[in-house]
Amino acid sequence: MIMNEVLLDIKGLHASVEGKEILHGVDLQIRRGEVHAVMGPNGAGKSTLSAVLTGRPGYEVTAGSVSFAGRDLLAMTPEERSWAGLFLSFQYPIEIPGVSMTNFLKAAVQARRKAAGLPELSAAEFLALIKQKMALLKMKPEFAKREVNVGFSGGEKKRGEIFQMAMLDPVLSILDETDSGLDVDALKIVAEGVNSLKTPQTSAIIITHYHKLLEYIVPDVVHVLKEGRIVRTGGRELADRIEAEGFEGIDG
Amino acid sequence: MDEKLVDITSKQYKEGFVTDVEQEYVPKGLSEQIIRQISAIKQEPQWLLEFRLDAFRKWQKMTPPTWGHLKLPEIDFQDIIYYAAPKKDADRPKEIDPKLQETFDKLGIPISEREVLAGVKSKVAVDAVFDSVSVTTTFRKALAEKGIIFCSFSEAVREHPELVRKYLATVVPSGDNFYAALNSAVFSDGSFCYIPKGVKCPMDLSSYFRINASGTGQFERTLIVADEGSQVSYMEGCTAPMRDEHQLHAAVVEIVVEAGADVRYSTVQNWYPGDDQGRGGILNLVTKRGICKGEGSHLSWTQVETGSAITWKYPSTILKGDNSASEFYSVALTNNYQQADTGTKMIHLGRNTKSRIISKGISAGHSQNSYRGLVRMNPGAAGARNYSQCDSLLIGSLCGAHTFPVIQNSCPKAIVEHEATTSKISEDQLFYCNQRGIPPEEAVGLIVNGYAKEVLQRLPMEFAIEAQKLLSVSLEGSIG
Repeated sequence: MIMNEVLLDIKGLHASVEGKEILHGVDLQIRRGEVHAVMGPNGAGKSTLSAVLTGRPGYEVTAGSVSFAGRDLLAMTPEERSWAGLFLSFQYPIEIPGVSMTNFLKAAVQARRKAAGLPELSAAEFLALIKQKMALLKMKPEFAKREVNVGFSGGEKKRGEIFQMAMLDPVLSILDETDSGLDVDALKIVAEGVNSLKTPQTSAIIITHYHKLLEYIVPDVVHVLKEGRIVRTGGRELADRIEAEGFEGIDG
Repeated sequence: MDEKLVDITSKQYKEGFVTDVEQEYVPKGLSEQIIRQISAIKQEPQWLLEFRLDAFRKWQKMTPPTWGHLKLPEIDFQDIIYYAAPKKDADRPKEIDPKLQETFDKLGIPISEREVLAGVKSKVAVDAVFDSVSVTTTFRKALAEKGIIFCSFSEAVREHPELVRKYLATVVPSGDNFYAALNSAVFSDGSFCYIPKGVKCPMDLSSYFRINASGTGQFERTLIVADEGSQVSYMEGCTAPMRDEHQLHAAVVEIVVEAGADVRYSTVQNWYPGDDQGRGGILNLVTKRGICKGEGSHLSWTQVETGSAITWKYPSTILKGDNSASEFYSVALTNNYQQADTGTKMIHLGRNTKSRIISKGISAGHSQNSYRGLVRMNPGAAGARNYSQCDSLLIGSLCGAHTFPVIQNSCPKAIVEHEATTSKISEDQLFYCNQRGIPPEEAVGLIVNGYAKEVLQRLPMEFAIEAQKLLSVSLEGSIG
């Protein structure tokens, strides 16, 4: 695995929802070890981008290509994308009543191992793994026993997403509006978690409306998505400019 | 998503094999002559033959119930073989045919005590019924030391006729309903269980019912008596071969719970459900009822119903003793063209009686799944309480879920509560699982097991694990 090799390569991506085109040709390249921020106003297509990349049903790709670690991402099922190392921290995490976080993650971890041709983890090995990751993210042990996202506060849901990310060792993590609905303390905890999981081989896309999260997770590259296109790409100073001037003045 | 869901529900039924064993039958059809023949094969006393004939005469005047939300195929009662049993080796009449041993091994039913004692299988006493006869009952001697009688119904008739006669048809009278009357006329084998006063049964008891022969029906009869202050946990399982024809299963289960006694009755029903086009499958038309006869008695029903083409079943409790309590926990899963109309009746007669109903229906494919329940508070049931919760989960958009709860409260001092919900497995839930790497089929299994958790956790440990697997397997192919 070479550092700096291109991990995700999006070319001319067009996508529609219910027949309406939302992405009008997105080009984006992410190398290993990089953190990219995708910023943009409401309705720019940010969440559509994350949905298309992860293969969410209801989103249709009409043109373009996406390669992920050299593979044709768009030809893969959602679970195959997950097995290949793609992780999405959901903007609105979904409740699964009656299923404990532990059982949910066990199913996820074992399915991924199976796909990779590895033997299943024993109960003891899995328990050790979950304990280690919980300690890393400073989570209370009770958390693993709770039903997936049921009765979670907004902050707990987002921490739950980062915890899952830690358990699944993704190659590319997409954090979709992870900062929305979080107060500063919760934001810091989430950001610490993300930073502690960063490695030179793994990358992240931070999708956000605001500047705040980027104070804690420092991006290497900032993109501005507007009306379904990336209209500007720059360094972190671009985020500062948006904070000061808003999205209005930024065009391609 | 429906296309996806449709695929996950096409079922793999791994118990669908046939055992090639020589069997003896009575001729096809139903008549007094056939009933006399069955009774003679079983060397029954005169009173029992008369009981059968009386039931048969009642049945002849009855018509099948039509109130279920079911499309029942026409059953030709003259086209059924009412008794089929594997032939015994004349030289070794006491030994189990190796083919039958193999069959139960394949089904994972521990019919050899050795295996259990060696710790390979958990400690459960088993009565294994193959078509119309009980093949073996394990741990009879060990249980007998505590005064517990656990044997096949036929043996009970021979060895404890006074007990059988005292309790038979006291909870489900022979003319109770069409199928109960049919069973009373032609019943073959089943289990009998008596727990004496003050005895806590040292191990779980179970009956396993296997249909093997084609063209037959199974009409088992089970009678459980828990004397004062005793305790027992009883489990029941069942499977059948895959065939294009329907096969009838019309059982009667009666449970008598005396003062202070505690009975837990669990069922994992996995009869052959028919194929994905709705061909074949067992018609499961059964009557199960218990009576909490004495003060402070307790009866708990837990059922996981995944099999059968048609299920018509309402395990019920008559709460006669003051302060007695009963629960009904049910998961009923239907897929493809299966139909289930199942629920319970809680009849409160005594003061301060309590009942609780938790019903979880899961419908997939083109199936129809109904909850039907009756909660009745008689005038004398002061201080009685019932809580009912009926949830339905729909997978795909071609199936149906229905609830028919009836509440009859004639006691101003009784309280009845009822809650109901209907939900669908959402595309969002599935995608969330898929995004984490859990493939669609497994995801549905996980979500369904989570939904059914409240009921599954009531089952004895090993049964719970089996039930969880069964729920997942039963939904295979409903997504793809």
